[in-house]
Amino acid sequence: MNRRNYFHLLLLAAAVILIQLCASGLNKEFYLTQLTMSAYYSLVVLGLCLLMGCAGQASLGHGAFFAIGGYMSAVLTTHNLAVWQKAVWAGWLQRAGVLVLQDNLFDGTSQLVFTPWAAFLAAMVFTIVIAILVGYPSLRLKGHYLAMATLGFSLIVYRLLLASPLTGSADGINGVPPWPILPGLTVSGEKPLRISNYYLSWLIAMMALVLLMNLVHSRVGRALRAIHDGETAANAMGINTGRFKLMAFVVSALLAAAAGSFLTHYNAGIGPSEASAMKSVRYVTLVAVGGMDNFWGSLLMSVLLNFLSLRGYFGTYDHAVFGIILILIISLMPDGPFKPLGNLIQRLSTNRIAGGKEKHGSA
Amino acid sequence: MVLLEAFGIRQCFGGLVALDQVSFKVQAGTIKAVIGPNGAGKTTLFNIVSGIFPPTAGKIVLEDRQITGLKPFQVAALGISRTFQNPSLFAHLSVLENVMVGRHGRTYGGLFNCSLRLPAQRRAEREARDFALDCLDRVGLAWMASESAQALSFGQRRMVELARALATEPKLLLLDEPASGLNTRETGDLAKLIGRIRQSGVTILLVEHDMALVMEISDDILVLHFGTPIAEGPPAQIQNDPKVIAVYLGEDSNVAASKEPEMRLR
Repeated sequence: MNRRNYFHLLLLAAAVILIQLCASGLNKEFYLTQLTMSAYYSLVVLGLCLLMGCAGQASLGHGAFFAIGGYMSAVLTTHNLAVWQKAVWAGWLQRAGVLVLQDNLFDGTSQLVFTPWAAFLAAMVFTIVIAILVGYPSLRLKGHYLAMATLGFSLIVYRLLLASPLTGSADGINGVPPWPILPGLTVSGEKPLRISNYYLSWLIAMMALVLLMNLVHSRVGRALRAIHDGETAANAMGINTGRFKLMAFVVSALLAAAAGSFLTHYNAGIGPSEASAMKSVRYVTLVAVGGMDNFWGSLLMSVLLNFLSLRGYFGTYDHAVFGIILILIISLMPDGPFKPLGNLIQRLSTNRIAGGKEKHGSA
Repeated sequence: MVLLEAFGIRQCFGGLVALDQVSFKVQAGTIKAVIGPNGAGKTTLFNIVSGIFPPTAGKIVLEDRQITGLKPFQVAALGISRTFQNPSLFAHLSVLENVMVGRHGRTYGGLFNCSLRLPAQRRAEREARDFALDCLDRVGLAWMASESAQALSFGQRRMVELARALATEPKLLLLDEPASGLNTRETGDLAKLIGRIRQSGVTILLVEHDMALVMEISDDILVLHFGTPIAEGPPAQIQNDPKVIAVYLGEDSNVAASKEPEMRLR
């Protein structure tokens, strides 16, 4: 993070506040709901930016990691463990704040479930394990093995979610409780909490942005970018390439899973479509359209396109729109729209300066 | 003192025997050259020493430590660094960042430290930057530090690659055809630079086709022909070796030896 990035971050924060004020002022606060969801989806995109843009490893399984995070939170916070309520360990876990007795939203009976924080941490640990299992074999090799492995993985996850009664089959899971994440701050889609949740989601997205940008401009980030440009040379310079690729993969999977957890609590539920390959392709599209290794571009594009998609502007062509964008970007501007635009602006401004100097010289 | 020793290296690619029975020693503090016609297995030998792939048979010992079969990053950690025949800089990194990658193995800092930019991390980053700038200065390119690696000329890329290798603080530096693609003046500078690097205590093993350069700077020469060593010794001896002359001129060795071999080798 350099001074320019901090300035951009301030601009972003100002825009976030301005949008909230406008939405509230114009009595269109419902827009904030989609912007909150877009901010959470952007976490997945930022993580994928690190993996694809910096380390050069493509993943078609980030929808699955999002779903793993979301479903872990959903299942653990709704699945009734009352059968074991008498067990000694259930008492211990209750005292430790891992389990909690809660009223069922539908029939009013009390049920023993995981607390949202415990479920979130369990989801993170589970995601690390799965990401290592999926990433380790394919990342030891050079080339696009990760893309294939993760595509297969996401298809498996999708089918498992559809098949398993534990995950609610095709209906997914509803009635996920709100998550009191900090005293006075609850992740929930309820109307009175709309504004606080909007700010919370953007705070999280900006924190991820800052951490990732710090990372990219550090020893670790340099190693990842070196791997992208030349794996053999990076290895010969002392970088344990397999380990660093796996590290980037796990970090990006964690961000996707965290986004899944947050959004599941926010939406009070999750469905299997989150794990579909189309969703994974959508995340890849958003990284590509942002300029691959451009966190700012990906964040902006992710919020814009996710917002439009969530508002339903793409209608039934939703997935097709993202597919077309991906094809257009890759064939017409592989660096994304921002880099050529920046170059153009730079050229125009240097031309003007050069032109000015010339005039000065002749006069 | 022997820094590096290879015992009976053999390398097969399918049915092709690229190297066979290659044994040699590199004395600490010296410059040793490996020469031979194209396809003699010189670069293969470098790839084996630096761990890019393990040899089919044989072993390599660095200061009493077996390094055969280690991965390149492990070999680098033990003090062997290299440059490549085609300069392989990291295209999307700046010149300075390229050299800073060379500091990777000499610095610490994981996910946590780096993403939070803790004070210790910032200090380490500053030190790495200073060291890298110093290395760039040694090859005379400190003024290009903030340029993109893509903006460099071919000769400059070679020099930055050399600076990157120096940044790992190697005991042994492998240079794969450092003079190819350089003009006469650049080659002259390179010879002086290699001399200075040796002065600073780094042992050098190089593959090179520029015989004038090899004869000028090396203490010891190994000649490979179709994957087998045919001669080893100081430049003066190699220049007059009938077998070497035959290999380079493709003539009957007796005839070649009578025709001022020294001139022809230069």
